Amino acid sequence: MRLSAPAKITLRVFAGIVMAAIYLPLALVITNSFNATTSGSFPIKEFTTKWWVAAWHNEGVREALWTSIKVASVATIIALVLGSMVAFALSRYEFFGKNTVNLLVVLPIALPGIVTGVALNNTFKTVLEPLGIGLGLFSVIVGHATFSIVMVFNNVQARMGRMNRGLEEAAMDMGANMFKTFFQVTFPGFRSAFIAGGLLAFALSFDEIVVTTFTAAPGTETLPIWIFNNMSRPNQAPVVNVIAAVLIVASMIPVYLSQRLTGDDKK
Amino acid sequence: MPTTATKAKASAAPTHHHSTPAISLQQVGKSFGDFEAVKGLDLEIRKGEFFSLLGPSGSGKTTVLRMIAGFELPTAGRIELGGQDVTYAAPFERDVNTVFQDYALFPHLTVAQNVEYGLKLRKLPKAERTARVAEALEMIQLPKVARRLPSQLSGGQRQRIALARALVLRPQVLLLDEPLGALDKQLREQMQIELKAIQREVGITFVFVTHDQEEALTLSDRVAVFNEGKIDQVGSPSDLYERPSTRFVASFLGNTNLIDGELARQLTGSPALLSLRPEHIVVRPLDSIQESGTSAATAVIEEIVYTGPTTRFMTRTDHGTQLIVQEQNGATSSGATRGSTVRLEWPSRYNYTV
Repeated sequence: MRLSAPAKITLRVFAGIVMAAIYLPLALVITNSFNATTSGSFPIKEFTTKWWVAAWHNEGVREALWTSIKVASVATIIALVLGSMVAFALSRYEFFGKNTVNLLVVLPIALPGIVTGVALNNTFKTVLEPLGIGLGLFSVIVGHATFSIVMVFNNVQARMGRMNRGLEEAAMDMGANMFKTFFQVTFPGFRSAFIAGGLLAFALSFDEIVVTTFTAAPGTETLPIWIFNNMSRPNQAPVVNVIAAVLIVASMIPVYLSQRLTGDDKK
Repeated sequence: MPTTATKAKASAAPTHHHSTPAISLQQVGKSFGDFEAVKGLDLEIRKGEFFSLLGPSGSGKTTVLRMIAGFELPTAGRIELGGQDVTYAAPFERDVNTVFQDYALFPHLTVAQNVEYGLKLRKLPKAERTARVAEALEMIQLPKVARRLPSQLSGGQRQRIALARALVLRPQVLLLDEPLGALDKQLREQMQIELKAIQREVGITFVFVTHDQEEALTLSDRVAVFNEGKIDQVGSPSDLYERPSTRFVASFLGNTNLIDGELARQLTGSPALLSLRPEHIVVRPLDSIQESGTSAATAVIEEIVYTGPTTRFMTRTDHGTQLIVQEQNGATSSGATRGSTVRLEWPSRYNYTV
């Protein structure tokens, strides 16, 4: 389709505005992390790296970061195992209630985080706490796994739908049993989708705040929760900027990798 | 008789007529829901034979192949491989290998790794694996592509690799599911010749699924013609072509004139349907003398189609039956012209009731 010159200009302007709205604030956070004043006044009069040093030595940040990594890692592993198993079942076998299962698996991503949070909070407090499983790291991981599974499931299922079933038949034809067929032929076929899904799941879990708020015990603080709690404290605000700047860079990596991975298979 | 003995020795392929068949299907049926894809099939395929399952799409031939391979389980009957019951055995428990229609080469493995895959599963030592892979690639005349990925090969090359990957395992039976279907005409004809040569060389039973009647006739020792889940006829290519047992076989294999009614009664004394191949009929002048042992009909030439090596005459007999005649071009051309009345003549033994 050919666009007229005015249409082209209009589209470019709009695209520019949208991009600016997304990325200028990010740029501002990064520059502010070098701003010497605590109020973040603009334009910056004096640059400093002291907030970066402060952030590095901040115990609360370190602890929160470690909690986030633990939560995201375990949630991602759960998502990888369960997500690909569900994807495999749904794309390879016919069974009663298949479409319903499909919908139920995908639903948590559409469900408002606050609903998931409240529901899990209720479940843990009223049902599981009497059984000895209260709110804590575990409940946060479960909460994160609900939507992380969808990331893996969606990626893997889409790939499995496009995979050549003949390959699995060929492997069995040459003497591979079910187990070998899966690990030597099926899995390599969806490996990149599996990794991409895992990276997205990790990224999603890492910056999750809503579900975390409802499923974390008062002592459990993930990095986003720490940021949220410290943003309003004037003397911590610059450190928050530093953390935000780090997260911007850190979260780009998995997204970039997952895009590269899924793009690779198209050729 | 010494002559028969030497003959049997000379033709290496279908020798073991009296030993256990390579494949035996007994009353095999397969239903998908309400649809009966294969209906009570009996079939024996001999050892060392090039056997084709021929039929239009949906006739059940691929389903039969997949049941022999173990990808589908029959809903009735029994399947034996070399005398052993494998009806419900898993694909990896059967000594058969398949060349798939779309080749099904593993995209993440190189050509050599693809060919080696089955040998690795059999836990053969590295040295033997390497030697057999090299030998297999040599046989299909592609020793130089070993390190490439399937995506870097042409369709014809992939086809050969798929063949090598299956043959390297030296199965009792090789199953081929329309393996030449995706190739262009020229390449297909070349591969047909190679396939036949390889089969003769390795002496393995080949079961070949195709919908291309010419391909089946060219390659096979015997052919089973499938029609709506059943086998209409099993026989050598010449059996099927010259003595088709049903109307379906007669019309599916090549062109034929199906004759009934008045003309049939005149030729055989009964109105039963006859099959008469266009190339068996000769066009002669009305005033010529009819040779003994021939049948004849007077006809008007309505249309003439020149196709290069042959000429086709569309004629109508005085009974109103349309007969197509195919004549070799060359010294024996009749030179008949459109609109002329001629006598069509053919040896009476070609009046074949179907």
